[in-house]
Amino acid sequence: MFSGFMVNTWIVASIVAVVGGLVGFFVVLRGSAFVAHALPNGSFAGAAGAGLVGINVLIGLGAFALLGALGIGWIGRRDRPDVATALTLVLMLGLGALFVSLSVEYAPATYSLLFGEVLGVSTSQLLPTAGLALACVLVLALLYRPLMLSSVLVEVAETHGIRAARIELLFLVCVALATTMTVPVVGTTLIFSLMIGAPAAARSFVRRPGAALGLSVAIALATVWVAIAAAYDLNLPVGFFVGVLSACSYAAGRAWVAWRRRASAVR
Amino acid sequence: MSGVLRAVVEPGFFSSGPVQVALAVSAAVALLTSTLGVFTVIRGQSFAGHSLADIGATGGSGAFLIGAGPLWGFMVISIAAAGAMQAVGVERQRGRDVATGVVLGASLGLAALFLYWDSTLHNSSGETYTILFGSMLAISPATVPAVLGLGAVALGVVAIIYRPLLLSSVNAELAAARGVPVRLVGAAYLLALAAAVALSCLAIGAILSTALLIGPAAAALQLTKRPWRAIVGASVIALAASWLGVLLSYDSYYWPPRGHSWPVSFFIVTLVFACYLAARLVGSRGRRR
Repeated sequence: MFSGFMVNTWIVASIVAVVGGLVGFFVVLRGSAFVAHALPNGSFAGAAGAGLVGINVLIGLGAFALLGALGIGWIGRRDRPDVATALTLVLMLGLGALFVSLSVEYAPATYSLLFGEVLGVSTSQLLPTAGLALACVLVLALLYRPLMLSSVLVEVAETHGIRAARIELLFLVCVALATTMTVPVVGTTLIFSLMIGAPAAARSFVRRPGAALGLSVAIALATVWVAIAAAYDLNLPVGFFVGVLSACSYAAGRAWVAWRRRASAVR
Repeated sequence: MSGVLRAVVEPGFFSSGPVQVALAVSAAVALLTSTLGVFTVIRGQSFAGHSLADIGATGGSGAFLIGAGPLWGFMVISIAAAGAMQAVGVERQRGRDVATGVVLGASLGLAALFLYWDSTLHNSSGETYTILFGSMLAISPATVPAVLGLGAVALGVVAIIYRPLLLSSVNAELAAARGVPVRLVGAAYLLALAAAVALSCLAIGAILSTALLIGPAAAALQLTKRPWRAIVGASVIALAASWLGVLLSYDSYYWPPRGHSWPVSFFIVTLVFACYLAARLVGSRGRRR
């Protein structure tokens, strides 16, 4: 399980988990689960299009993820954010449907784009993934304070001269970066489940933001590692385990909150 | 005149069996989803609507696995998911998108498993594409009565709860004060939404049915704030986009690369989005005046 070709898988999956846990914490904090679902899901069209015209998949993914982020920002200026996200998502998916149908031999590749192919990571994918992850973490680190402030207390952030719309756009770009790096490796399902399940669970266990951020990364790492081990042993798709494990960790978090509330009520 | 018509509508369009089925199904789906879409946009539940559709993919792939019709797979799982969302509490503004996201993520994981088994046990990967992106020109005529019946039932539910639903969508507190059973109305709305989404999963595929749900309604609401007019406008847009989409897809058999139709779903999504952009342009000009 730890030999040869599997080494790449472990490294890449760990990077993905760290970035997913970090970005996801803010996704949950800001209530932008729909965006975190839409950008990876929609940018698969970019990968399909790149396959069609024969350029690097990463370029297609990055272009579509960025365009998607800008599109959501632009439509969202005049319409409800959830409507903006939905419209951008379906437009990208519609293009994806066209690209997939035009390239006849693409059906199995569609599956691995949507649900991940974590057990076949090549060494050439290692470097771009690490680079994009680094960029993503760097942007988050630079944005940390204004992002936190504008996520929790919008009014206070405005009085500090933080422009909410600009922060929102930068955050969308950050999600797009994370998407670009993770989709070719782990598929759109996996990254979405990680971005929601782990941080939401962490936030119900710990209240302080810093500690919750750390715990979120830890839960994401544990989820991914267990999922890969299980997928390797049972020969089933890794996306299945990540999806179910993320939901389980969230349920555990909710149960913990309920138990604590009952305990404090008794006392 | 007939020459122009011949150039637009390729010969054999109206006499083709699959086309007739596609036109009937898409009309029913367009009317139903755009009506519910107006409420979905007003209630700010686009994510729930889209999630129900994506979760439908789980049902469709599961139904294929056990050899049942895809419509019933879509229907059963959408209604189950709607029940789960109601239980978790999608009415609350806080934390509801996390709850929706967790349900969606878990069910996408299941979809991954089912699709994997579909392609390994039944040895066909084309099914993945059909479930996710739909194939309107390949719907079996036998399912048409079921589609029309279910559509009529869902529309009937909306008609019965129309006024209380509208009031509780615009202002839940006011509705509760007026004695409207807000939770019950919300549950009935979610059930109708689940049925609508299941039908449109069948027509344009699980991950694209959001286009018909949100697009026409968002476009119509850019032009008018009156709910009744918005419903009519959204229905017209959805119907026009669906039928034009079927027509263009039929024509595209003769477009490059020749001998291969472009997907109906692509045309519908593009037309709906174009309508939205146009409505926004017109709407912003009207507001400036």
